[in-house]
Amino acid sequence: MRARALPAPAGRGARLRLLPAVPLLTVAVLTVPVGAGLLGTALPAIGVMPALGHAAPGLGPFRDLFAWPGLADALRLSAVTGLAATALALAVTVAILASWSETRAFGAIRRALAPLLSVPHAAAAFGLAFLIAPSGWAMRALSPWATGMERPPDWLVVQDPWGLALIAGLVAKEVPFLLLMSIAALGQTDARRAATVARSLGHGREAGWLRAVFPRLYAQIRLPVYVVLAYSMTVVDVAAILGPTTPPPLSVQIVRWMNDPDLALRLRAAAGAVVQLALVAAALGLWRAGEAGVAALGRAWVRSGRRGPRGRGPAALSLALAGLAAGVVLAGLGVLALWSVAAFWAFPDAAPEALTLRSWARHGPELARLLATTGAIAGLAALAALVLAVGCLEAETRYGLSIRRGGLWILYAPLLVPQVAFLPGLQGAFLTAGTTPGLVAVTAAHLVFVFPYVFLSLGDPWRAWDARLATVARSLGAGTGGVLWRVRLPMLLGPALTAFAVGFAVSVGQYLPTLLVGGGRVATVTTEAVALAAGGDRRAIGVHALAQTGAALLPFALALALPRLVWRNRRGMQDA
Amino acid sequence: MMGADATDRGLRLEGVRIERAGGATLLALDLAVAPGEVVAVMGPSGAGKSTLLAAVMGTLAPPFALRGRVTLDGRDVTAAPPERRGIGILFQDDLLFPHLSVGENLAFGLSRRVRGRAARRAAVEAALAEAGLAGMAGRDPATLSGGERLRAALMRTLLAEPRALLLDEPFSSLDQDRRDRMRRLVFARATARGLPVLMVTHDPADAAAAGGPVVRLGAG
Repeated sequence: MRARALPAPAGRGARLRLLPAVPLLTVAVLTVPVGAGLLGTALPAIGVMPALGHAAPGLGPFRDLFAWPGLADALRLSAVTGLAATALALAVTVAILASWSETRAFGAIRRALAPLLSVPHAAAAFGLAFLIAPSGWAMRALSPWATGMERPPDWLVVQDPWGLALIAGLVAKEVPFLLLMSIAALGQTDARRAATVARSLGHGREAGWLRAVFPRLYAQIRLPVYVVLAYSMTVVDVAAILGPTTPPPLSVQIVRWMNDPDLALRLRAAAGAVVQLALVAAALGLWRAGEAGVAALGRAWVRSGRRGPRGRGPAALSLALAGLAAGVVLAGLGVLALWSVAAFWAFPDAAPEALTLRSWARHGPELARLLATTGAIAGLAALAALVLAVGCLEAETRYGLSIRRGGLWILYAPLLVPQVAFLPGLQGAFLTAGTTPGLVAVTAAHLVFVFPYVFLSLGDPWRAWDARLATVARSLGAGTGGVLWRVRLPMLLGPALTAFAVGFAVSVGQYLPTLLVGGGRVATVTTEAVALAAGGDRRAIGVHALAQTGAALLPFALALALPRLVWRNRRGMQDA
Repeated sequence: MMGADATDRGLRLEGVRIERAGGATLLALDLAVAPGEVVAVMGPSGAGKSTLLAAVMGTLAPPFALRGRVTLDGRDVTAAPPERRGIGILFQDDLLFPHLSVGENLAFGLSRRVRGRAARRAAVEAALAEAGLAGMAGRDPATLSGGERLRAALMRTLLAEPRALLLDEPFSSLDQDRRDRMRRLVFARATARGLPVLMVTHDPADAAAAGGPVVRLGAG
């Protein structure tokens, strides 16, 4: 008699069957655009582009590309800036961790990471340019009393032919990313005890950490490092602001060809995208070989028994480097802010003659429209990513459908395959499918890049949640849905909002997906800011870059404030 | 099920075997816990004590699998989801939901059969008073002492009107003095409601205080 309640109502059963499909749907969301985009790039590269009346395959586009005189320089720039920026960013990250992890100061470094990370790349690049350009703030601060200059010198500091400014800008932005990924990974490596054992055996702090902890850490952050390498080699917005122009790095040139009114150049752009993809693959291979080389050297070093330096000299150096990276981004934002409210500002003066809101008033109405578009795309993409991420994690919880090693590569695929290699093809695919480029297509494209960060951000707190709470809730009569909605999600409100904010910031910073998939018809603060780079109107750039930064940072502030407000009377929720 | 009689009452584990993936047996057990009786399961760490409770609760996860039957008052609950089994559980930690007030925690457990806002509030207040927590419904669980939280957790469990109670090392977070009082409270409330109680512990004093049969799981 008591067995009455067992058959589930039909509606409930139907809903339950949806959930196991979410991981599969997510895999499709991540891989279909990348796959279709790569295919859509490869076909024009071999001369097949029916829309332009080309149907016969051939090597014409590649011949055309190789005849372009700037190719060698463009390739060199891509490879050198990518490898140098990645190596430097990793070196600074490792130096900070070796000297400062497990110290009290590390808490402060850690808290500075999230806001630094959410500053969009383009805004950080503009800030750096405004600092170090010949007429930039650094030179103004030193002139004329130290340099004797009354006019800005004719030096090519920004957009230098070696890509040094580009490398510097990339390092400043990638160090916080690698640090954050490392901190998450350190929790799984038993780092504290390993470092203590190493020091008890007489190794200095840094030497002991490098030998005992770093190998295990690197195994965990290998994919993020590859992401940094692939990104640094192929980034378009930062390179358009800080990189050399004649020729630019290959990725920037590909986008120029894509946007050229001469549609025939699309074929050359596609060939360039294929070459860019091959170059990234080759660089990743080179990096992988370098890993083996460094590992061999490291083993020899361990066998030698040398203990390494004991002083705090390396610690001071690493902190100075990290401070420089963070300081450049923050000071750059400060100079951007100053320009956005500057009245007349002659060269050697360190500050403008007066402050005015004229620039904000002039760009205000247009900015409001741009911010509305930016916010709509970012809000939708981040929300969709959060729903998918919760679905994937809940499916993992209920059915053990977890993302393992292979799944991790799928998660990272959109970040490893250069945007410039598959977005042109995706644009073509959308056109072929007859979709009008617009907000929906752009949001879908953003979702591809937003989801991995949202999932990675929410995954750790989700899995760290005490599963006994679910057991208790079910013993009290709550079903799996009740556990999710009444216990787990409310308790994970903070991490869920943070994941949303991360996704929002990632979307705000997207340049190429908006430009290419939007077909030039969708304008966000980011596309507008980058478009201003060529013009050199510093007040307009200041206004747009600041608006871009604000759009990325505001959700972070809300994600921090909202749980505190909602749970202000719940002490047990304060550190969550 | 139609023929439920006195001999079927209580919690029974019939031919229960917990296997790891691959077929190795973690433990095998036949057990009957009569209403109002406390059976203590003892054994070293790794013997599968908590896994046994997960099997009875219905939350056993891979790589483990359950063979045999779990019946409660004559009803086979082996395949039922945890929320339809009518089995309550208390852990070593109180596991009060930190985002709810003490009263909301109890209301989370309170049976749906108690209808109406006033009636539900009264039931929660009465349960709190029964555990010496009168007037604490509006409090943040984090502001209660450890013993108070465990008592609130006990009343939350009982308000769900379970027909059996599982205890997973429930007293080991308390100091000696509070432990005795908490034991007496839990066993008294469970016996008063005629609940079969299955307790895993590694504290012989728990088993002694329960005064019921002791089952020892093999050395792990």
